[in-house]
Amino acid sequence: MVKLTVNGAEHDLDIDPSMPLLYALRNELQLNGAKYGCGLGQCGACTVIVDGKPVFSCLTPVSSVGTRAVRTIEDLGTLEQPSVLQQSFIDHQAAQCGYCIAGMIMRAQALLDERPGATEAEIREYMQPNLCRCGTHMRIIAAIVEASKKLAANPGAKA
Amino acid sequence: MTTKQHKAAWALGTVIIAGIAAAAGYAWQPAIDPLPQAPAADTNQTLITQGARVAELGDCMQCHTTQNGKPYAGGLPLATPFGTIYSTNITPDVETGIGSWTQEAFARALRKGVSRDGHLLYPAFPYPHFTHMTDDDVAALYAYLMARTPVHAPAKTNELTFPLSFRPLVAGWNFLFLDEGPLPPATPPQSAQPQSDAWLRGRYLVEGAGHCASCHSPMNALGAEKSGQAFAGGLIDGWDVPPLNTLAHARKPWTEAQLADYLRTGIASEHSAAAGPMQPVTHHLARAPESDIQAIATYLMSLQTPAPAQPVAEAAPSTADTQVLTAGAAIFNASCAGCHSAAAPMRTLGNRPALELGSTLNADSSRNAIQMVLNGNPWNGSSTAHYMPPFAGVLNDQQIADVLAYARATYAQRPAWSDLPARVAAIRKENSQ
Repeated sequence: MVKLTVNGAEHDLDIDPSMPLLYALRNELQLNGAKYGCGLGQCGACTVIVDGKPVFSCLTPVSSVGTRAVRTIEDLGTLEQPSVLQQSFIDHQAAQCGYCIAGMIMRAQALLDERPGATEAEIREYMQPNLCRCGTHMRIIAAIVEASKKLAANPGAKA
Repeated sequence: MTTKQHKAAWALGTVIIAGIAAAAGYAWQPAIDPLPQAPAADTNQTLITQGARVAELGDCMQCHTTQNGKPYAGGLPLATPFGTIYSTNITPDVETGIGSWTQEAFARALRKGVSRDGHLLYPAFPYPHFTHMTDDDVAALYAYLMARTPVHAPAKTNELTFPLSFRPLVAGWNFLFLDEGPLPPATPPQSAQPQSDAWLRGRYLVEGAGHCASCHSPMNALGAEKSGQAFAGGLIDGWDVPPLNTLAHARKPWTEAQLADYLRTGIASEHSAAAGPMQPVTHHLARAPESDIQAIATYLMSLQTPAPAQPVAEAAPSTADTQVLTAGAAIFNASCAGCHSAAAPMRTLGNRPALELGSTLNADSSRNAIQMVLNGNPWNGSSTAHYMPPFAGVLNDQQIADVLAYARATYAQRPAWSDLPARVAAIRKENSQ
């Protein structure tokens, strides 16, 4: 049995310890936000937050997660009440096909949790591992920059 | 050596050096008058192109440019055992760069380690190698640098402890270790015939502008290359620098063609992919003429020491290891196999080396394998360089130790590395400092 703490809930899963976290999230827990892109840690579509840090869930064995908290995009806002960062992605129409967006948002979320008010230069460097094949990087960066400013001005807001 | 022994050696060395410096009067060097403005860029494009070639072969940019910084504007911190030295601005900015330097002042810096105003440069700047460069190459490099975009970037203050912060002491160092002037004549060895021109060119590049031995040799207590141990390997930026004179000892001995490929592309089919501080070196060498790289390979292959008898086969792993190997296998299958398993497309693309033959996994020390797993190989913009994601944030020390123990036993089949969890923890800590 493998124990996972995902979005605040504990799960006991009867799975192979070498299963990548992404498969456990999608196939066992039906959390389908994180996407399978390359399976090689090269695109970032599978990015989730583990213990405050963004990780490629496709390369993260469930056996390595242990008691560390896993956070996926399902833990952010809802359709009715999007988070500040999600609202900013909507405002900037940052998604084209949308496949990379859950990963983009989770990597950005990890940055803004740690450094609300991060500058555009910091955001560009931090977001480097995540790719968008449609090429909407400019809108994605703009969305994160705006969210960063809002969060810096209003630290109490839920990111 | 222990820290105390280090300190004692230091104190002694410092006293000796100070004495020699005073006696030799090396410390005083005249200033060379500054130019009122940077010289107009040379109109001789051939000369500038030749200078670009020298700059790539000498890898000037690696130290004289920060990450995301302006080319050649300096400011990169160089961690030395004696403190942190910041590289200087070598763009033609008059105020903060070398725009006011005459060619004479530039040549003196390369050959004697003296700045234009007469102060002594620290030997982190490899002038003990650059001193071997020809007049033509020095002139070309000067023309190339003076044709760069000037950048206003004042030098950062070095963080060195007294007495090392007192520059005139470097005079004693120069007295002991600087062998000024062109390389002494040498005859190519029989093995390099009939390519003796290539061997001579390779020797000139390796010992001169290329300054390979600066990283690939062990250092003595005064930070100079240990005499008689050139190319015996070293330690830079937390990475083991492999010896260049034992290429025949690899599981499959290196060939000259593989070495040339490695230097130009960063990948050697039966050995390894360039990583750590060597990766950017290969990016610069890729821009140098192929004939120069071939020459470097010819020369380096002539330095080889004979291979020892076949290494002893490893004893079967003890039962205590079984648990580690099982845990390591689970991690390997999830984290590594996607690219590194025998059938993975990433593994076979572009002649990439198999883990069985990988230099890192077959090395005596676990250091570079640990660095690879922690840091991976970073993206380099849109260049075609090989990439590996970092696992520092994914796997803890024990997990990295487990997966390396598994890979070492399964692929390298060499004696197990000792103390892996503690080594991983120590190197992770080093990296964070």
